[in-house]
Amino acid sequence: MEVLQLLVYGVVLGSILTLGAIGVSMIFGILRFAHFAHGDMMTLGAYFGLVFVAGAGISPLAALPLAMGLTAGVAIVVDQTIYRRLRRTQPVILLISSFGIALALRSLIQLVWGPNSEVYRSGIQIPHRVFGLVVKPDHLWIVCGAVGLVVAVHLFLTRTKMGKAMRAMSDNMDLALVTGIPAERVIMGTWVLGGAMAAAAGVFLGMDTRLHPTIGWGVLLPVFAAAILGGIGKPYGAIAGGMVIGIAMELSTLVLEPTYKPAVAFAIMVAMLVVRPSGLFGGRT
Amino acid sequence: MSFLEVRDIYGGYGGLDILRGTDLTVERGEIAVIVGPNGAGKSTLMKAVFGLVKVRQGRIALDGEEIANQPPERMVRRGVGYVPQERNVFPTMTVRENLEMGAYPRSDDIRPAMDRVFDLFPRLAERQGQPAGLMSGGERQMVAMGRALMMEPRLLMLDEPTAGLSPKFIGQTFDMIRRVNGLGITLLMVEQNARQALEIAHRGLVLAMGRKRYEDSGPNLLANREVAEMFLGG
Ligand SMILES: Nc1ncnc2c1ncn2[C@@H]1O[C@H](COP(=O)(O)OP(=O)(O)O)[C@@H](O)[C@H]1O
Ligand SMILES: [Mg+2]
Repeated sequence: MEVLQLLVYGVVLGSILTLGAIGVSMIFGILRFAHFAHGDMMTLGAYFGLVFVAGAGISPLAALPLAMGLTAGVAIVVDQTIYRRLRRTQPVILLISSFGIALALRSLIQLVWGPNSEVYRSGIQIPHRVFGLVVKPDHLWIVCGAVGLVVAVHLFLTRTKMGKAMRAMSDNMDLALVTGIPAERVIMGTWVLGGAMAAAAGVFLGMDTRLHPTIGWGVLLPVFAAAILGGIGKPYGAIAGGMVIGIAMELSTLVLEPTYKPAVAFAIMVAMLVVRPSGLFGGRT
Repeated sequence: MSFLEVRDIYGGYGGLDILRGTDLTVERGEIAVIVGPNGAGKSTLMKAVFGLVKVRQGRIALDGEEIANQPPERMVRRGVGYVPQERNVFPTMTVRENLEMGAYPRSDDIRPAMDRVFDLFPRLAERQGQPAGLMSGGERQMVAMGRALMMEPRLLMLDEPTAGLSPKFIGQTFDMIRRVNGLGITLLMVEQNARQALEIAHRGLVLAMGRKRYEDSGPNLLANREVAEMFLGG
């Protein structure tokens, strides 16, 4: 029973990690750098959600699209003002500058919302009992929301011209250029998608626990682990990677202290990089 | 006025010039073939025409309009298609998606263009749902050419379209190239399989050390003993 209960938590965590990992994976696929500020973009999304939850009294789910839109906007501004200038340099410069952006975003969040924890809703939620398992209503919303968003991302990537162009750029950047695909526009689209999904992950994280200026940073490592497990640059791999990492982290509490959860993600990531750097499903590294 | 005119261009990758006073003329409707030793600058010349390599000096005109140093996106819109030698498909995308990407800059209905490509390469119609990366070398070359044809170019440039293909596919690829030319599309290609390529060429050029050394009709170049000895391996 305990294992099943942990599986439930694992799927919830996995849903959140997946949404973060989709962005990390796509940004790596197209811009070739590990986006270290992704965790803090998740945090930013969570706090944008709080603005509407606290300010307008709407539910976190209703605030979700607004938080996604605002975070996507911030992602574009950061890209156009900072990353864009560095695109012609080496990817490692972008990686390091994204580290700087991570710190800047976190400080800004602390400045605006303070260093203490916040909650979307105070009071206790009455959990559902399903076959003896404890399932909070928010858990259901998180998983359903993540499934909905993943399906939307899938349809976007396979049915729309912009989505296909993103896959094309990630597949073969040089060919995309000689084909006449407008790279800068597609890069902006990638930030919109990555930023929006990061915000969703952040709001879900806030629904699951409490908001804190480091909630996103705290899951950055598992998010990277999920992206690498799925084969970085492959958004579909990120879905499987997120679930595996989320479930492994929760199941590890059977034998390890919960504080070791990120270490479990880290161990899986390192093992993966050693054994199969191209990800679970092989293919291009 | 010729269709494509390259006059005395100099340029390269930043260091020393690779192209050193290169000339090239192609008339409308021709198949023009560039041959020459490895490292002669054949690929570089093609990239210069397409705006991928900076031209420092000299002029390039297409149909009388200056086109030197324009971004690829603009070249595509002007009716020039370019198929690089290697990595010339989107491997995880299906054949159909590769063709759709070829038409990216278009905002009109692309189905007629796709039907034309499928008419030209029926094999692609059969395999339109296959990821391009899983296809054979000859089929990949069809995808690559089909991708460039989706813009219905006036000039199609192919960099070594038969490189790495088995003899059977080499023959097929030259047939395909002739069929594309039959649609009225001017072709400029670089080829290592010089003899076979020159057989179908209206115009052949020998490039060495970044300059044009010989120019003649394909069959005449093949018959030229000097060219045969120096550049076609005897
Ligand atoms: N991307 C590049 N950067 C720097 N030098 C290059 C690059 N590509 C080719 N070269 C150099 O330019 C010269 C001509 O190359 P290329 O045009 O590819 O020759 P060819 O196609 O005739 O074999 C070679 O000396 C090659 O080393
Ligand atoms: Mg070459």
